[in-house]
Amino acid sequence: MKAQAEASVPPPKTNRAGDREKFDVRRLSAMSRKEILQVSRDPSTYIIALVLPLILLLLFGYGLNLDMGTTRIGLVVQDDSEAAQSLAASYHNSDWFEVEQARSVDEIEVDLVSGNIFAMVVIPQGFGEGVPRGEAPPIQIVTDGSQPNNATFAAGYAEGLRANWAAGRGLEAGQAERGGIRTEERYWFNPELKSRYSLVIGSIAIVMVIIGTLQTSLVIAREWERGTMEAMMATPMRMSEFLVSKVVPYFILSLVSIALCTVLAVTVFGVPFRGSVMALFVISCAFLLPALGLGLLISAVTKNQFVASQAGLLSGFLPTLLLSGFLYEISSMPWPIQAITYIIPARYLVPSLQTVFMAGDVWALFLPNIAALVGFGALLLFLTFRVNRRSLA
Amino acid sequence: MGETVASARDLVMRFDGAEDDALKGVALTVETGQITGLVGPDGAGKTTLIRILANLLSPTEGSVEVLGGEPGTNRFDLGYMPQRFGLYEDLSVIENLTLYARMRGLPKSEWDAVFARLLDFTDLARFKSRLGGKLSGGMKQKLGLACALVRTPRLLLLDEPSVGVDPVSRRELWGMIEQLVDEGIGVLWSTAYLDEAEQCEVVYLLNHGELLFSGNPSELTDEVTGRVAVVTGFEGRRRRLLTRMLDRDDVIDGTLQGRSIRLLFDRPAPSEPIVLDLDADSQMQSVPPRFEDGFINRLGGGPDGTSELARRYRTILGGDGCAIEAKGLTKRFGDFTAADNMDFVIPFGKIYGLLGPNGAGKSTTFKMLCGLLTPTEGSGAVAGHDLRTAGPEARRSLGYMAQKFSLYGDLSVRQNLNFFAGAYGLSRGEARDAIDSAIEVFGLGDSLSRSAGEMPLGYKQRLSLACAVMHQPPVLFLDEPTSGVDPVARREFWTHINGLVEKGVTVLVTTHFMEEAEYCDDISLIYRSQLIAQGTPDELKRRAQELSPGLQAPTMEDAFIALVEDRDAAVEKAA
Repeated sequence: MKAQAEASVPPPKTNRAGDREKFDVRRLSAMSRKEILQVSRDPSTYIIALVLPLILLLLFGYGLNLDMGTTRIGLVVQDDSEAAQSLAASYHNSDWFEVEQARSVDEIEVDLVSGNIFAMVVIPQGFGEGVPRGEAPPIQIVTDGSQPNNATFAAGYAEGLRANWAAGRGLEAGQAERGGIRTEERYWFNPELKSRYSLVIGSIAIVMVIIGTLQTSLVIAREWERGTMEAMMATPMRMSEFLVSKVVPYFILSLVSIALCTVLAVTVFGVPFRGSVMALFVISCAFLLPALGLGLLISAVTKNQFVASQAGLLSGFLPTLLLSGFLYEISSMPWPIQAITYIIPARYLVPSLQTVFMAGDVWALFLPNIAALVGFGALLLFLTFRVNRRSLA
Repeated sequence: MGETVASARDLVMRFDGAEDDALKGVALTVETGQITGLVGPDGAGKTTLIRILANLLSPTEGSVEVLGGEPGTNRFDLGYMPQRFGLYEDLSVIENLTLYARMRGLPKSEWDAVFARLLDFTDLARFKSRLGGKLSGGMKQKLGLACALVRTPRLLLLDEPSVGVDPVSRRELWGMIEQLVDEGIGVLWSTAYLDEAEQCEVVYLLNHGELLFSGNPSELTDEVTGRVAVVTGFEGRRRRLLTRMLDRDDVIDGTLQGRSIRLLFDRPAPSEPIVLDLDADSQMQSVPPRFEDGFINRLGGGPDGTSELARRYRTILGGDGCAIEAKGLTKRFGDFTAADNMDFVIPFGKIYGLLGPNGAGKSTTFKMLCGLLTPTEGSGAVAGHDLRTAGPEARRSLGYMAQKFSLYGDLSVRQNLNFFAGAYGLSRGEARDAIDSAIEVFGLGDSLSRSAGEMPLGYKQRLSLACAVMHQPPVLFLDEPTSGVDPVARREFWTHINGLVEKGVTVLVTTHFMEEAEYCDDISLIYRSQLIAQGTPDELKRRAQELSPGLQAPTMEDAFIALVEDRDAAVEKAA
């Protein structure tokens, strides 16, 4: 037994003075290697890095189509004149509407309330009276305000159809003042190219936030939950080594994902790419600093995967989706919200991305944005190192 | 006398927001060449103390010196194995070792030799490329140890290395640590098992952050020498006699050991049974005390024998039928059989134990019987209700106390009681009576508005029991009910259970605590998904003695190990 005991472990060594408390590249590489092994073995990595961008692109590219398709409306015809019947027929013949006709508002009001129809077009009594004099008679359009988007579309289409009908019958009067409606109608009809490009490009920002912020904060919280953090902290490892080791694999993973998104955007969705790959790379790297910084900060504050994912959603994902300007125009937001967008890193990313795809390399625009992103990144990393003490308490 | 590798004085640890200090002025010294035990129930402050030594926490007050400096200055000479072993489950055995070798700065030229030695030492060479998550509990424990030893430390801190690990692996680990100690390493071993404490050269006994005792364990047991006796050969029910004995003023503690009763007196143990009003046939024999006796003595003795809970409980008239029946219960998950062909019958008014290490299949069997898992094959019945056809009725007739604290931690004690009364469908009047009674019986009156999650473990366990018996079920399922609680709380718990059984309640209990097994009328030993032995505690011990005749007065643990080893030998022969 004793002989075997001597062989079991090498004899204790005294401590070497040089090998402690300094940032050690070998330990960093050991931790990074471990992280890459784990990342490559975790199926969720592939889902997030490869499948998620695909889904987002498909969703934003095809799903979020601003074209209406067929809309169900109610048509109340209270007038028996030939003109009223003719307009009613136009609605029936339209490809945009599926019409439910009635004699009185009461009959179909309930459908509007219940959401079966999005709008109600009323051709009022006395509609035909002005027609012989060449006047375009008014109609009433009632929409379901609880679904503002659908309501606006339906109202726009219905009014546009009436204006067309009036123009076809040569009803001049009243048309001029409704010219604006026509303009608006065009705005609704042809947005898809612009909005689809913008959405596809925006999804790249979303992917970076998901990998950089959410994934990073989750994997660190997991180390706390599984107790491996505790064991690592009892080794000579420094906190900074640990944090950097987490950054490296997710930085690489994000870049792979961005490349995939870009290729898909250009090949499948026909998004132009007028800038240079170099510019895209620099912009992406600049944005990954605050994205990873936020992920690290979250994980420094919480040690629990559930809280980390909630915090990541609220502070990273949602602001990027809603306030970065790719889904909703920042200039059309109320000023307090506009003010808030200035502290959302993605706000500085989206214009640069859009420019690099749609316009080309405009370094005069990129540089201030990159500077802002690097500034955010530095601030978040600074906070992380301040907060992250080497303690279990 | 070895060299001092860690010492602490007047340690106080106060966590933000905690009512009570985790450590209250603790002093400790760890020397090389011996195993220093850090012993105490959950929440005693063991982990906090070890973390302070590992420089993972800074104490609020007091001084600490580790390896001749402040904690953290000599981390290369410190080995630390946290409670969950600190392994990466998605890395293989060798990858885990490599990671730790790199992190601890072991020169690459030494890797091959060190890994080979450690894998041999831990008998893991065959599993080099197996993922950490796929190892058994005992293997994880050994790999955790290997990782902590990758660069030979001068101080090794082990935080409950043996919890939840089967007795065979526990003994192997102990042997490995003894080897290391002989090589001149200082080891601090924390444990909730008092039998492990007994084997340490020096023991620090913590309870609620206070140091109750430090020194050689024999010093503590010497305090109660001559005060322990075993009663055998008595007539009648052992549980009733135990209750009677515990209610005596001169008996401060008593436990069942199969058909015998072990008693601790507050004075020298009487030698004649007549003093205790025992019948003429019973014998009394003085026995050497154990560490636990000394511990209980220091804590001022265990609870009295009469259970107020049982007194108020309805009498269950079970009749001749059986309360719980398992017929060929089998559960497979994919190609893994978690429980294979479990067969047993439990009559009314008995305690039946499922005994075995973690992952053996106890909980799976248990969950099938309480309707939480559907068996792949076989059938079962609880209180005459077939699980397959009358699941809800079967569930209604049982009370379930889960292994982990499964009450709502965010709700107050009263809200939990209200919730469970509602969940069991008690009427308003019944619920009020049941809750009032539970508050009185379990002494919950002072903590009604506290969040259940913040209470000390002993209180949580009382509350769990209170909720499980709210509807006075005829059958009670207890899954590792007293893991981690201090011995006094464990006694109190078993006093209630014994009382309930006398009222006709049937109890099915899973445990890996061998001493709890002694309370059972019958035991099934479960090992690697199979039922390998069945019988009363005394029968199992007798069988173990037949298997290895060298055993003198075997404990339940000895019996377990002997039966498991016999099984392993039989399997090996077959293969």
